[in-house]
Amino acid sequence: MNAPAATGAAAPEQHATKGAIRIQNVDKVYYAREGRVQAVSDCSLDIRAGEICMIVGPSGCGKTTLLNAIAGFHDITGGAIYLDGQMLCGPDKPKAEPGPDRVVVFQNGALFPWKTNLENVAFGPVVQGRMTKKEAAEKARGMMADAGLVGVEHNYPGEVSSGMRRRVEIVRALMNDPKVLLLDEPFGALDSLTKSVMHEALLEIYYRNKVTIFFITHDLEEAIFLGHRVAIMTTRPCKPKKILDVDIPHPRKYNVLTSPRFRSLMEETVSAVHEEAVKAFEAGEKEM
Amino acid sequence: MSATIASAAQPRPRPRQSIFRNHIVRAVISIATFIVLWEVGSRLKLPWVGDVPPPTVVLKALVPLLTDQGYWYSWYQSSRRVFTGFLAAMLIGIPFGLAMATSRIFRDITFPVFEILRPIPPLAWVPAAIIFWPTQELSIGFVIFLGAIFTIMLNVIGGARSIDLRFFQAARSMGSSNWDIFRRIVLPGVLPSIIVGCEVGIGITWNVVVAAEMISGGGGAIQSSAGGGLGFFIWSSYIGGSYPLIVVGMISIGIAGYISSSIIRRLGLLVTPWVRVR
Repeated sequence: MNAPAATGAAAPEQHATKGAIRIQNVDKVYYAREGRVQAVSDCSLDIRAGEICMIVGPSGCGKTTLLNAIAGFHDITGGAIYLDGQMLCGPDKPKAEPGPDRVVVFQNGALFPWKTNLENVAFGPVVQGRMTKKEAAEKARGMMADAGLVGVEHNYPGEVSSGMRRRVEIVRALMNDPKVLLLDEPFGALDSLTKSVMHEALLEIYYRNKVTIFFITHDLEEAIFLGHRVAIMTTRPCKPKKILDVDIPHPRKYNVLTSPRFRSLMEETVSAVHEEAVKAFEAGEKEM
Repeated sequence: MSATIASAAQPRPRPRQSIFRNHIVRAVISIATFIVLWEVGSRLKLPWVGDVPPPTVVLKALVPLLTDQGYWYSWYQSSRRVFTGFLAAMLIGIPFGLAMATSRIFRDITFPVFEILRPIPPLAWVPAAIIFWPTQELSIGFVIFLGAIFTIMLNVIGGARSIDLRFFQAARSMGSSNWDIFRRIVLPGVLPSIIVGCEVGIGITWNVVVAAEMISGGGGAIQSSAGGGLGFFIWSSYIGGSYPLIVVGMISIGIAGYISSSIIRRLGLLVTPWVRVR
């Protein structure tokens, strides 16, 4: 048995073989007006290929700092981050190179307002030189249709609802065939009804694409509903406090929210999250 | 589930613009009220307005001018000067502003000089402009150019700076080169500000047209007093003591400025269709 045969054996199950992130003893210190801030300290976390890993923690705990380090927007001051065994950033190279293998969906959305939804979705492959404008538009149309985004292709992002914008942005990210999707509280600004629609839409997209998802949120219910695992982070400096295995099988539908198992997982974690939220609140009071 | 998504994805119907007529009506009411108040104030010899000839008298002065070649030639002269001066300001101001916004070094070198020159009023440039440039037309064009360029540049710089950082990060993470970022993010991102800069800038060019055309001394006149441009028309009416004609000249410049700004605004909406929907 040689290597190609081995990958062939994995194919029927559609297991993702790429997109494993190893965060190893990562430190991040920055200097702000109030002095030295340790945003992340000795943080280690292994995210498996094709896993939905939810990162939960109070606002300002340093979750986004971690995401920025993976995406290559900011440097780290210690430790290393690997993607599929390849070092993204580490001791010799504090800042990772941003690239289409790790695409970010931003907290408040970052669709280009001057491009139509279709042009936004087609953006990545065109600038990467992988496709012509026409090819990219064709693929984008198909992917948008799969995500239920029909009839809004030629609207500007400003013309559609915020839930739809978010979906366009996720599809835009997937157009790059990323190994990892980095989602930074993507549904934080949506009302809870829209949110629940978005959750199922995201899962549908995930079941089709099976990318690794690194998903930051401060909504515990969202975290348990979506994630294979939920990493609850301490408040600044940020590191995993508790990692929860969500043993509810995928594909999940919204009715699992009322299941006893879901409730008991919530109970198991809610105090840990609350503890950190109180600490973050008190720290915030001190800084004021 | 997928059915809900599909129905949610239908484009929302956009209401057609029925306000168009209303806004014309309001504009007419606004101008008519202004004229009536002016007429009444002038006839009643109220303070300040009492010294201004009433609109009926101005209208009487205007009617013969409407068939006067010299008057229209003044319009043509001023418009031509404003257009060329403004075009030059755009051609130089937009690239300069973009360079200042994107290159730290270039900005550090040029910004101090820019900031010293900027507060100098165009009127103060008139003598220098006469000395600098070989022809009268170039001197006039230069003063008009100065009126617009600083506003255009400031808007370009400010517009480029206000582009959301996340757009750059998103573009970067999707694999954009520096050139892609400039072409696909900076340029469209700054375009609305360029248009605002031009809209304000072309208004200022009409503000300075009087000062600039004092240089002309009636050059290129077809008839004795008119023909040096609308700015010169006002100046020569003042010298000749014809108050109604001064007002005619003032209103002409006002209308010319209004038309120019609305043309820029319309063109602006054509090139930035996404701004309308925000």
